[in-house]
Amino acid sequence: MPRKFIELSEKIEYLSILDENAKVDEALEPKLSGEQLKTIYRYMLLARRTDERLLLMQRQGRLGTFPQSSGHEAVSMGAAFAITADDWQVPAYRELPGMLYRGWSIDHFMLYWNGFEEGARVPDNVKDLPICVPIATQLLHAVGIGMGMNIRGEKNVVLTFFGDGASSEGDCHEALNFASVFSAPVVFVCLNNQYAISVPLSRQMHSETIAQRAVGYAMPGIRVDGNDVLAVYVATKEAVERARSGGGPTLVEGLTYRLTPHTTADDPKRYRSDEEYQLWLSREPLKRFRRYLEKKGLLNDKDHERLEAELDSEIKQAMERTEAQIKAEDLKNPTSMFDHLYKDIPPTLQNQRDEFARYWESRHKASDKQNPQKSGARTD
Amino acid sequence: MTEMNMAKAINLALHEAMARDDRVIMLGVDIGPDEGVFRITEGLFARFGDKRVIDTPLAESAIIGTAIGMAIYGLKPVCEIQFAGFDYYNYHQLECHAARFRNRTRGRLTVPMVMRAPYGGGIRALEHHSESREAIYAHTPGLKVVIPSGPRNARALLHSAIQDPDPVIFYEPKAVYRLFKEDVPQEMETLPIGHARVTQEGKDISLISYGASMRPTLEAAECLQDEDDASVEIVDLLTISPLDIETVVNSVKKTGRAVVVHEGPRTCGLAAEVVASINENVLLNLEAPVKRVTGYDVPVPYFSKEQWYLPDADRIVAAARETLNF
Repeated sequence: MPRKFIELSEKIEYLSILDENAKVDEALEPKLSGEQLKTIYRYMLLARRTDERLLLMQRQGRLGTFPQSSGHEAVSMGAAFAITADDWQVPAYRELPGMLYRGWSIDHFMLYWNGFEEGARVPDNVKDLPICVPIATQLLHAVGIGMGMNIRGEKNVVLTFFGDGASSEGDCHEALNFASVFSAPVVFVCLNNQYAISVPLSRQMHSETIAQRAVGYAMPGIRVDGNDVLAVYVATKEAVERARSGGGPTLVEGLTYRLTPHTTADDPKRYRSDEEYQLWLSREPLKRFRRYLEKKGLLNDKDHERLEAELDSEIKQAMERTEAQIKAEDLKNPTSMFDHLYKDIPPTLQNQRDEFARYWESRHKASDKQNPQKSGARTD
Repeated sequence: MTEMNMAKAINLALHEAMARDDRVIMLGVDIGPDEGVFRITEGLFARFGDKRVIDTPLAESAIIGTAIGMAIYGLKPVCEIQFAGFDYYNYHQLECHAARFRNRTRGRLTVPMVMRAPYGGGIRALEHHSESREAIYAHTPGLKVVIPSGPRNARALLHSAIQDPDPVIFYEPKAVYRLFKEDVPQEMETLPIGHARVTQEGKDISLISYGASMRPTLEAAECLQDEDDASVEIVDLLTISPLDIETVVNSVKKTGRAVVVHEGPRTCGLAAEVVASINENVLLNLEAPVKRVTGYDVPVPYFSKEQWYLPDADRIVAAARETLNF
């Protein structure tokens, strides 16, 4: 027969466990202890409050432009909770809850978004790469780490994140394909918030889901309610177990929504309607998970108040520490720009360093230069 | 004449070019309803529609690669890469194809396209949003690289770039977008690509720069005039490839002293090419070694320290004094 059908597994699963009204599907509910559930909630709330505080600092001119995480807590935290400390995490830039959970401090984010390289220094014993700004590029690093695990015969996995916009980049395709060909133990989590700055999903792709692209790479793909932390956790956990037992990569798509602008420099009113925003606000991840915990008797109003106060003080302390740190000499001195480029500084660069050090000495003592806020990003 | 800033002047050029030539097509991300992250494409989507102002999926290589196809097909694509820090994704398409089609096909197929991108530091942007890597493009045979320094020359040069028969990289100094206003004439004007401009005549020293670095260079010139009583000549390169060696050489022949200024890293930066050209042509006219004031050979530091990386008037004045007192 010259012409026939090739059978492909084209069915893509969709998973939702805890809906926006906090109704739970008990058959699908993961078996997590009360402590585990409370930990998940704690980091989701910590990230939300940190995000809000960072925004406040940005508005006060104490922070630069930054991309907020609010609305994405379930995808980040649900996925990060499915791996162990020995596994690796390769983030993009909206994975605040998962990174805090993995051991990054709030200070790191306050430094990074305030223009200090020290914010990207991965804490000791944390197997994460730092925030990655160039879209989709980090996915290949994740695959490389996964291939390394195969080469060394280690049973760890890599969890990596990308957005819906990133799914259009060539690097995304290359990463998925490499992971598939080399059976790398990588779980790709797409944080699909339906907009790449202003460009809607319909301009990003004409396929129904991002998850279905998995078919083309012969790997399992699943779309989950990205505002349902339980669904994200369950789907990621399955993918992690499969990867750990030699089953190769998985593509998990979490459908969610940015509750904020892309960054503090953009105005979403230009490209999203208020109706749409309100609809997705009603589906946001924290409220339903809080009600779930309340129904389970794990959290009451008083506990919540206490938790809020505790997190607030944690954030304030981080702020105080950060503000002290950036005033200290070792963080202020720009001579450090030369010090971490190579293991040993080459002579040509040493000359430039010496030249700069003399200049810095002569200048900064006279008057502390202010960083001029010139024109540019549209804050006007 | 109308007073406007550079962002507005570039926007005006895009409006004019699209209105007068329906082959001009815009491609980029967030250039449509959002009107660009720096608002450079304001009003274009509303006026010319989504067939000519195309918000693409997020893929820089695809933007440039498809623009090459369009250009070969007979259109004149003007691409916006949102930040120059992300044009490495598409460098491959420019180096291997845009820059080579004319040569490979012995002139049969050509690529008249423009890649616009905001470059440079000074706006407290986050990581990867402050680079000046124009030298990479100047080092790529087959490309032209144009870098305006003010509203009026930006508008005129963008017209020239769009009308050019070959691929042009048009780097926009983002720190200058809204820094100052200038009179821009009502009627459309062009400026020839490949020509530098002596923006101020002088006898003692030539300060040579382009793009964003023109501002501190002008400041330094004022300081040298006031405090050192020096007669300063200023050369604005405007095009860094092909380089207008004649204008540079004539200036240095007259002054015998020069300082070259740019934001990009020093090693293999534009200043190295300018100095080599001076040495090749007027070495014996020099009264002092030519100095470079540039970015250092490090990634642009995050914004808390970027002002220490960027050449400023103080560094330029210090270099000029060493040259004057040599």
